[in-house]
Amino acid sequence: MYKLQVQDLHKRYGSHEVLKGVSLAAKAGDVISIIGSSGSGKSTFLRCINLLEQPHAGQILLNGEQLKLVPGKDGALRAAEPKQLQRLRSRLAMVFQHFNLWAHMTALENIIEAPVHVLGVSRKEALEKAEHYLAKVGVAHRKDAYPGHMSGGEQQRVAIARALAMEPEVMLFDEPTSALDPELVGDVLKVMQSLAQEGRTMVVVTHEMGFAREVSNQLIFLHKGLVEETGHPREVLANPRSERLKQFLSGSLK
Amino acid sequence: MIFDYSTVWEAMPLYLDGLLTTLKLLGISLFFGLLAAIPLGLMRVSKRPLVNAPAWLYTYVIRGTPMLVQLFLIYYGLAQFEAVRNSLFWSWLSSATFCACLAFAINTSAYTAEIIAGSLRATPAGEIEAAKAMGMSRAKMYRRILLPSALRRALPQYSNEVIMMLQTTSLASIVTLIDITGAARTVNAQYYLPFEAYITAGVFYLCLTFILVRLFKLAERRWLGYLAPRKH
Repeated sequence: MYKLQVQDLHKRYGSHEVLKGVSLAAKAGDVISIIGSSGSGKSTFLRCINLLEQPHAGQILLNGEQLKLVPGKDGALRAAEPKQLQRLRSRLAMVFQHFNLWAHMTALENIIEAPVHVLGVSRKEALEKAEHYLAKVGVAHRKDAYPGHMSGGEQQRVAIARALAMEPEVMLFDEPTSALDPELVGDVLKVMQSLAQEGRTMVVVTHEMGFAREVSNQLIFLHKGLVEETGHPREVLANPRSERLKQFLSGSLK
Repeated sequence: MIFDYSTVWEAMPLYLDGLLTTLKLLGISLFFGLLAAIPLGLMRVSKRPLVNAPAWLYTYVIRGTPMLVQLFLIYYGLAQFEAVRNSLFWSWLSSATFCACLAFAINTSAYTAEIIAGSLRATPAGEIEAAKAMGMSRAKMYRRILLPSALRRALPQYSNEVIMMLQTTSLASIVTLIDITGAARTVNAQYYLPFEAYITAGVFYLCLTFILVRLFKLAERRWLGYLAPRKH
């Protein structure tokens, strides 16, 4: 029923607890926005979902399959079966704040890399799909360019195409527009909006309140490692119940 | 000051033979040195002490002793032991060419391993995260992302190493081999014209260095094109 379920995630860095029990449940087609001030744990939470960060407690289920975790040193949980982790990661695609494109490969090569070498798709098929997704995000004309020769907005759209090429179950976005200047932010948000309208399941950590309000159907407000408020964005943003959310929103101009 | 061109011209066949020997020594040493350096470099970035420590010891000892000392140890030092002279390796170890190539290859493998290790460590963390997030296994990540990226970025530093290796091969002349420097020593011994002999050798090395620099420039244009400033 749920595409992605994260239950009661805890994480600490040394003695400092950053996540104190955060949960999330996404059905197919849900677009969940996670907002909160810096240090609230929202990026950490997102990165725990595909185990780029190691949580200390909690469960992660993708399409009902639980990621098997065992405690390592310091109590941090790590994947019990590396193969399962790799498989689940390939079904979750992540778009990073700093794009994280592979610098020595062109846009096209970036996009076909994982489908060919992780999913085992044939190169010909991967190339066709790559061109399709590049056109979809509007950077087909830059397919042979290197990341270092592209603007931030172009790079991020290539990164989105790279994520799409994996045809993931759920897409994770870690502050995708935070490193872009205002002109380029709009381009990327438009792409994300069209993905949402297609019915993709997305979890987005963002500071863009407009996106949160217009595009997502669930909003999670994190504060100091706990879910302070959650609900439909239009209701939550129009009538914030918690004091901290009111404070947080009064700081933003949108 | 008069430069004796005629003697140099007469000795040209010797120098050209020496050139071939130098190229042979350089080629063999670099080939095997690089072949060994890649796994060594990978070992040097490993977090496991059992893997890292032996590689660290190897690069420390080899980089910590002069090339000449290593060459003497292999060519003269090993021959001191009867066990070595009677072993099945003796046909190899008694050959000066083999010993020189072995010493040079070991030497360049240590320096190149450290170059590659440094390059691996400098991989942008985000690119590694992206590879992990896509579901790549460690081996795949190394093969497809980390090594191609690191080897490319190591190219400028490696070109330094190759050029240094070219000059280092001149040490082979001390263990009876007639490379470019060996030819110069022979000419000097025959005609007592050290200036002409060694300047000529120097010119040969200069020309080779020039060719190497151009080759690496081409290689950088091809493989490091992504770092060049934007052209269109």
